[in-house]
Amino acid sequence: MALPSYASPVQRTYYYLYLFFCGVVFFFLVAPLIAIVPISFSVSPFMVFTDEMLQWPPNPDAWSLRWYQNMIGNCSADVVSSTVPCSNKWMIGTVNSFFIGFTSTFIATTLGTMAALGLSRPHMPYKGLIMAILISPMIVPLIITAAGMFFFYARVNLVYTFTGVILAHVALATPFVVITVTATLVGFDMNMVKASQSLGAKPMRTFFKVIMPLILPGIISGALFAFITSFDEVVIVMFMASLDQLTIPKQMWAGIRQEISPVILCMATCLVALSIFLLTTVELLRRRSEKLRGIKAR
Amino acid sequence: MPIGDMLLRSVDDTQINTVFPKTFEEYNKWDKQKDELPPEEVFKALFEELAYGDKIQVGRALTRMNYSKSGWKSLIKKTSRAIKKAVKKNEFPESYKDFLIDANENWADPTFWYAMGQMVNKQTPIYYYNAIDMTYDQDQNVVRQEENRRVYVQTWIKTLKVSVYVTFFCLILGFPVAHLLANLPLRYSNLLMIFVLLPFWTSLLVRTTAWIVMLQQQGVINGVLVWLGILGDDGRLSMVYNETGTLIAMTQILLPFMILPLYSVMRVIPKSHMRAAQNLGAKPAMAFWKVYLPQTIPGMSAGGLLVFVLAIGYFITPELVGGKDGKLIGSWIAYHLKTTLNWGLCAALGAILLGVMLIFYWLYNKIVGIDNIKLG
Repeated sequence: MALPSYASPVQRTYYYLYLFFCGVVFFFLVAPLIAIVPISFSVSPFMVFTDEMLQWPPNPDAWSLRWYQNMIGNCSADVVSSTVPCSNKWMIGTVNSFFIGFTSTFIATTLGTMAALGLSRPHMPYKGLIMAILISPMIVPLIITAAGMFFFYARVNLVYTFTGVILAHVALATPFVVITVTATLVGFDMNMVKASQSLGAKPMRTFFKVIMPLILPGIISGALFAFITSFDEVVIVMFMASLDQLTIPKQMWAGIRQEISPVILCMATCLVALSIFLLTTVELLRRRSEKLRGIKAR
Repeated sequence: MPIGDMLLRSVDDTQINTVFPKTFEEYNKWDKQKDELPPEEVFKALFEELAYGDKIQVGRALTRMNYSKSGWKSLIKKTSRAIKKAVKKNEFPESYKDFLIDANENWADPTFWYAMGQMVNKQTPIYYYNAIDMTYDQDQNVVRQEENRRVYVQTWIKTLKVSVYVTFFCLILGFPVAHLLANLPLRYSNLLMIFVLLPFWTSLLVRTTAWIVMLQQQGVINGVLVWLGILGDDGRLSMVYNETGTLIAMTQILLPFMILPLYSVMRVIPKSHMRAAQNLGAKPAMAFWKVYLPQTIPGMSAGGLLVFVLAIGYFITPELVGGKDGKLIGSWIAYHLKTTLNWGLCAALGAILLGVMLIFYWLYNKIVGIDNIKLG
């Protein structure tokens, strides 16, 4: 959207103001994420830029990996500081987070794909209602879902168990899978299912050999959404998990509330890296899916 | 299902009825004259139920009774101690009424007996009244809570205020950006889209932490301002742990939810419309106002409602960045769920929030349709 050559000076001024404003908003969106990266490599036990860090040429004394060592539970003398405790909690949290994340992603992807397949049939009764119920955990504020689940799970004795946390995460993550897979199914030619069945394939075989390869990009990006939802989730974990069931977000929450230490920023940096990785994957998958469905990228 | 359970929970009052069934049965027979005490049977039933009741269940019932009128807890505790002592010695009083009044003179105070009237039914609206700072007075009328105990109405107002502000700021900031993204050639806009999607994909807590780092007294923004000489070293702004911090952080966190729907609407508006309007003699501002803006309304309403609905139930960011006075309604729900264990009130607050939400959700469905949700 370039400025036409006949634009008046006033229009030019407005145009550049507009560009500047957009630039400021973009900066506003990413600046906090970028600012934490250098601080996580700092020597200081506070979450600030020290004077030494701003020197040019870089001062090697101002930078260190000590908080990263602290994060992975390597508590040697130079890592422990009076204000920053050192423990293997972060690593326990990481293991738990990945465990809960993978399990609930697997269940949510399976359920969500099946639901999407059913919902995209043309003659499905009560389609709107089912869709609304399935999507509701996405729209209802997390705190309400969490409170409701807590009351319900308290009745069936699932509170303070991993099973409870995983089931709750499945409920939260399934809508994302349903939405992405439904979107992929829009361009899907149902005649292929008929063709495969007329050639003698059983429904299961049809699914795995015909449907699945074609909607795989949708399933995977749905799964990634599901994973990030579960991996990120703190409210439900806080209510539902017992004290020793740590996850990364829960540990970060506790960290922010009690000891404000750069170790949190180390974990945050790792998470930003993870989200860049996931973002790239989803974008590549989306392009591939469009290619598979024959939609030309505009 | 869990939400339905929560709704039941918010009016549920059965627990106390399992503890004092007989007392309440007798109580209902009493014709409740003003400033009079109930008949002997009520006292007798109460005596027996306190003497043989399960200790844990009674304890739970007491907590419930204290929500109606403070003082119940200590009253019952003292009385049941006296009763237990008497039962141990096998001394059953002749007049249960005198015995109880003897154990604690509060039993002669009719206001306690009136307060009991709130509990005899299996369902109660008291949690809803509490959630909007109302309570019962002695004559079962609904009145406002005493001045120093009113917290929820304020919090509701604050929650709405913050949500409206956040939605407004998101719209102001998001509109030009979505416009730019929609009108740039795809090569550039895909690149710039990363700036929007990266925060969208990044953990909520990471972004909240990042804002604490940015906004705190020794933080990046204050540092830059001092370095530029705009602020003196002692004039550092306090932008975190108050409402400003909450607003700034929430706006950034929810901004992608505004930009993405706006973008998808603006992408399909033909560029020729603006040119046609200008061709017909409209000034650029006029053309924008009359031609372009109306076409983006579906996007604005979708984004606006999405942001508003998300903001109203926000909990993590206000709790961490908001400090003491930045607490929103979500924080209270969590507080009652985890700390005070006043689950009835917690469920009532949640149910009201859900009601507000459903209204907006219904509007959203009317205006844009639920199938139009896009995830980048």
